[in-house]
Amino acid sequence: MARTGILIETENGAVKDTSLGVMTAAKGQEIIALVTDGDPAGLKDKLAEFGAAKIVKLAASGGDITAGPDLLAGALAAAVKEYDLTALLGTASVAGKDLFARLAALMDLPLVSDCVALDVEGKTAKKSHFSGKTFATLKVDAAVLLATVRPNAIEAEPAPAAGETAEFTADVADPGKVVIKEVKKGDADKIDLTEAPIIITGGRAIKAAENYKMLEACAAKIGAAVGASRAAVDAGYAPHSMQVGQTGKTVSPRLYIACGVSGAVQHFAGMKTSKVIVAINEDKDAPIFAKCDYGIVGDIFDVVPVLTEKL
Amino acid sequence: MKICVCVKHVPDTAATIKIEGDAGFKDSEIKFVVNPYDEYGIEEAVKLVEKNGGEVVIVTVGKPEADATIRSGLAMGAERGILVTTDGQFLDATLTAKALKAAMEKDGLPDLIFTGKGSVDTEAFQTQYRLAGYLGLPVVNEVSKLTVDSGKAVAELEVGGGDKQVIEMNLPCVIGATKGLNEPRYPKFPDIMKAKKKKIDQMSLADLGIDAATGAVILEKLEPVPERSGAKMIEGSVEDQVTELIRVLKEDEKVL
Repeated sequence: MARTGILIETENGAVKDTSLGVMTAAKGQEIIALVTDGDPAGLKDKLAEFGAAKIVKLAASGGDITAGPDLLAGALAAAVKEYDLTALLGTASVAGKDLFARLAALMDLPLVSDCVALDVEGKTAKKSHFSGKTFATLKVDAAVLLATVRPNAIEAEPAPAAGETAEFTADVADPGKVVIKEVKKGDADKIDLTEAPIIITGGRAIKAAENYKMLEACAAKIGAAVGASRAAVDAGYAPHSMQVGQTGKTVSPRLYIACGVSGAVQHFAGMKTSKVIVAINEDKDAPIFAKCDYGIVGDIFDVVPVLTEKL
Repeated sequence: MKICVCVKHVPDTAATIKIEGDAGFKDSEIKFVVNPYDEYGIEEAVKLVEKNGGEVVIVTVGKPEADATIRSGLAMGAERGILVTTDGQFLDATLTAKALKAAMEKDGLPDLIFTGKGSVDTEAFQTQYRLAGYLGLPVVNEVSKLTVDSGKAVAELEVGGGDKQVIEMNLPCVIGATKGLNEPRYPKFPDIMKAKKKKIDQMSLADLGIDAATGAVILEKLEPVPERSGAKMIEGSVEDQVTELIRVLKEDEKVL
């Protein structure tokens, strides 16, 4: 049994569900869960339940491991050697994509980003090519497979394992090339779009920035994040950080509710791997109805408040 | 100030991709463009040179047809181009980065390098990191705001959930550009005419000592992503539609 490392992401001291899905992607392997922040003892039960044979708290002799991406990449490279890993997987979150690319450059190893399916043993991965129009199957010919998995693309399945805890301090220092001067906090408690299990998106038909409150009220009831189409962002109704699609974010939630989104090919590029897509649109001929799962023809200002009330 | 912008020659995002063979696509009948994210890099580079003087050089690794894509960048205000030609439709990101590095070293290393945050064809999001790694330079991706002053670059990038980081680096460095950084200009007719006369140096991968067959990522198969066949429409009054939708999502799909 080959040994696979999984970089665990946490939020408020708990393992993110997206990381559990990444562990499931490596099922059948001896899983080493690598934790960079928080108390591994507190994460132990969950990680053991989903397959971690070992839970390693990662640190660096050169300082706070979470303070800079290059230091964390250096520590991960050391962990790959220390635990003799044949694969290291992470989440294709904003931070995960950045970190794994740094790691791949540092180790000069191939990297498959944003996979939707993975065969760790066969070092083969499936991922989107051409803005979600095609899937590419890539085989990696290297001693170590590095890959990030699209959040929510692989559903987490319990697979109880020992979950023995350990600590590893890598002997690495920050190269000091990039210095984080400041972190500007966005809206507190907002669920990150790329990792959200449910997303409600408002398109041009939302008509004004303040009308997103209507979607936020609905989202709050089901733990969803709120997104926007390019048309809505370009019209100034929403910031670019909320944009789903080409030139915005790629998402793959289990439920995607598009409200007043026409359904341009560039929008689908960012959300077509969602499990279930629902569209609410006034125009019965809107292109989105041809490519989604369930449709309601209606004014979003009539339908959404009723949906919020009944959820 | 010399600025290199790495530009990829990619199918237009609106193009239909027809699969050919196991792992290829019909590229003769579709339109190719500047990778959309790279346009933000070109615009930023041209603006910096307009302000501080210097030159913008477009560097592309791609098929000989990528010449036209470089011309689009030249029409936006870049001075000249370098095209490293490849035969295949796909090239391993590692080899692309090596080719970009070799071409830049041959031409003279720049003070600043731009790329897009990723390419819309292979969506691999890594070439800029590898290029920076090979050159020993700092790299920051998904940059939506940038100031370059006194040998330093200060970049702002979104790190998820609407949070932003402000990162400082010494020049030279590699910046992965994304939407928000600027509004790329639409070249006017005289700019397009002028671009036709600008110089593009061509060399092959082999000229730079790179063997395309040495890539470690093998594309085994390309297949269309299955399209949904059309929505099941939920009819009735708003009350009935919503009630039925919630039932379906809970009971049939189990996603609520």
